[in-house]
Amino acid sequence: MALLRRLPVWVVYLLGALPAPYLFYLGLTGGLGVEPIEALEHEYGLIALQCLIAGLAITPLRRHLGVNLLKFRRALGLLAFLYLVLHLAVWAVLDVQMLSAVWADILKRPYITVGMAGFLLLLPLALTSNNLSVRRLGPRWRRLHRLVYPAVLLGALHFVMLRKGLQIEPLLYFAAVAGLLALRIPVRAGAREGRRGRAPQS
Amino acid sequence: MAGRWTNTLTRADVTPERLYLNRRQIIAGLAAGAAFGGGTQARAQEALEPNSWEEITSYNNYYEFGTGKDDPARLAGQLTTEPWSIEIDGLVERPGTYALSDILPQMTLEERIYRFRCVEAWSMVVPWQGFELADLLDLAGVAPEASHVAFETLLRPEEMPGVARPVLDWPYVEGLRLDEARHPLTLMATGIYNRPIPNQNGAPIRLVVPWKYGFKSIKSVVRITLTDSEPPTSWNKANAREYGFYSNVNPEVDHPRWSQATEREIGGGLFSKRKPTLMFNGYEEEVASLYAGMDLTENF
Repeated sequence: MALLRRLPVWVVYLLGALPAPYLFYLGLTGGLGVEPIEALEHEYGLIALQCLIAGLAITPLRRHLGVNLLKFRRALGLLAFLYLVLHLAVWAVLDVQMLSAVWADILKRPYITVGMAGFLLLLPLALTSNNLSVRRLGPRWRRLHRLVYPAVLLGALHFVMLRKGLQIEPLLYFAAVAGLLALRIPVRAGAREGRRGRAPQS
Repeated sequence: MAGRWTNTLTRADVTPERLYLNRRQIIAGLAAGAAFGGGTQARAQEALEPNSWEEITSYNNYYEFGTGKDDPARLAGQLTTEPWSIEIDGLVERPGTYALSDILPQMTLEERIYRFRCVEAWSMVVPWQGFELADLLDLAGVAPEASHVAFETLLRPEEMPGVARPVLDWPYVEGLRLDEARHPLTLMATGIYNRPIPNQNGAPIRLVVPWKYGFKSIKSVVRITLTDSEPPTSWNKANAREYGFYSNVNPEVDHPRWSQATEREIGGGLFSKRKPTLMFNGYEEEVASLYAGMDLTENF
C-alpha cells in the first residue's frame, strides 16, 4: 500500500486512459466480437462505473482501514468522466445514429433518463476538478462534490435497468455502490454533530 | 406438407466456399418466384445475404449457459446432444417419446434462409436446414380440440452453468398458437450452413419462427405439448409488461425500454448503419392474415 501511494498521479491518468484508444482499436479490428458497437459502449460505461466506485472507496479506506489514497481521487473522478463522455459518444454517434432518436430516447426510456441524469450531475464536478475551483469555491466545493453520491447511484441503477431480466453482474455493482454509500451514513452524521459542536467557536 | 416456402437463393449460394463470389450476380441469374402455399402464388423473395458462420455462432443468447453473448459459445460445448428425444404429449393422438433419430428420416429437410431479429434490436440472416413443424405435429397427430403448442428446452444443470442463477424460471418454455405452429414458415431447425446446428445455437433441434422476436424460437427442444389454451412463456412470466405472448416483430410497437423501429445487422463493424425494421420481420405477406382484426399494440 505504501508502494501504491508513492505512485505519481500522472501514472494513474496514463494507465487509466490507455484502455480508451485500445478498446476502440479492438472494436475496429474485430477484437470485440461481431457486435463491436454494443461491446465498446458497454466497456466504456463499465470502466466509468468502476472508476466511480474506486473513487467512492477512497474515503472509507482512509477512515476504516487507515489507507490514504486521497491523492488519486481526482484522477479517478476525471477518468470516470472521460469514459462517460466516450460511452455517451459511442451510444449517440455509433449506436443510435440519429440526433432526434437520441433526444427521444433520453425522454422516453427510463434507463437512459436515469443514466443521463447521472451524467449531468457529474458535469459540474468534472468542470470544478481543478485547484483553482477548489480555492475559489471553498466550502461550497465540498458540498457541490457530494453530487457524486446520487450520480453513482443513478449510474448503477442505469446498469441494473438496461439488462434483460435481473442479472447478477449489475446487481453486484449496485450493491457495491450502496455499500460504499452506506458506510458514509453514520460517519457523516457524526461529522455533522462535530461541526455543530465547533460552531460556537468560529 | 414440406416445401411450402422456398428462398430464391439456392443452397449453393450460401456455402462459405462461395461467399467471395458476386452474390448479386448469382441471384440475378436465378429464376424469380418461389412456390408458396401449394404453388398457387409465385413470389420473388428478396435476396438475403447470410451472416458468416463465425457471426452466427459467436454471438448468441442462450441464458442456460450464461447471459453474456459469448457465454454460449464458450460453455455450450459440454452439452450432450446424442441421444436426443422429444416428448410429444398433451392433445395428440400418438403421445410418446420420439427419438430424434426416428423423427429425422420421416421429415423432409430443407434450406431456409431467414432473417433473424432479436428483441434487443440486432439482426442476422441465417441459412437454416430443417423441416416444417407441421410435419412433426402430424407425426404425432394433433387432436381436434388442440389450439396451442407449448415447447420446453432441456434443463440439465450439470451441463448448463447458467441455470444456477434464477435469471429466468427454468426450464425455458415457449408457445405458439396452433395456426402459427402449422404455418409453412415455422421450422424445426437441425442445421446451419449444412452443418449440424452448433450447441450454442440450440443443438440438436430448435424452433425457428422468423416473423417473431428471436426468443420465441426456443432452443434444444425436449418437449412439445399440444394444449387447448395459451401456454405460459418464459419471458412473459419474467416480465409481462415487456414481453407478450405473440412477440411478433413490429417496428411500430416499441419495447418499453427501447425502440423497435430500427435494427443493427450483426457483422457491419464499428460504423454499421442501422436499418429500418420490417413489419413481421419482412414476412408480412406470408403471416399478416394470421392476425387479421387483432390489435397488435394490445397483443404485442
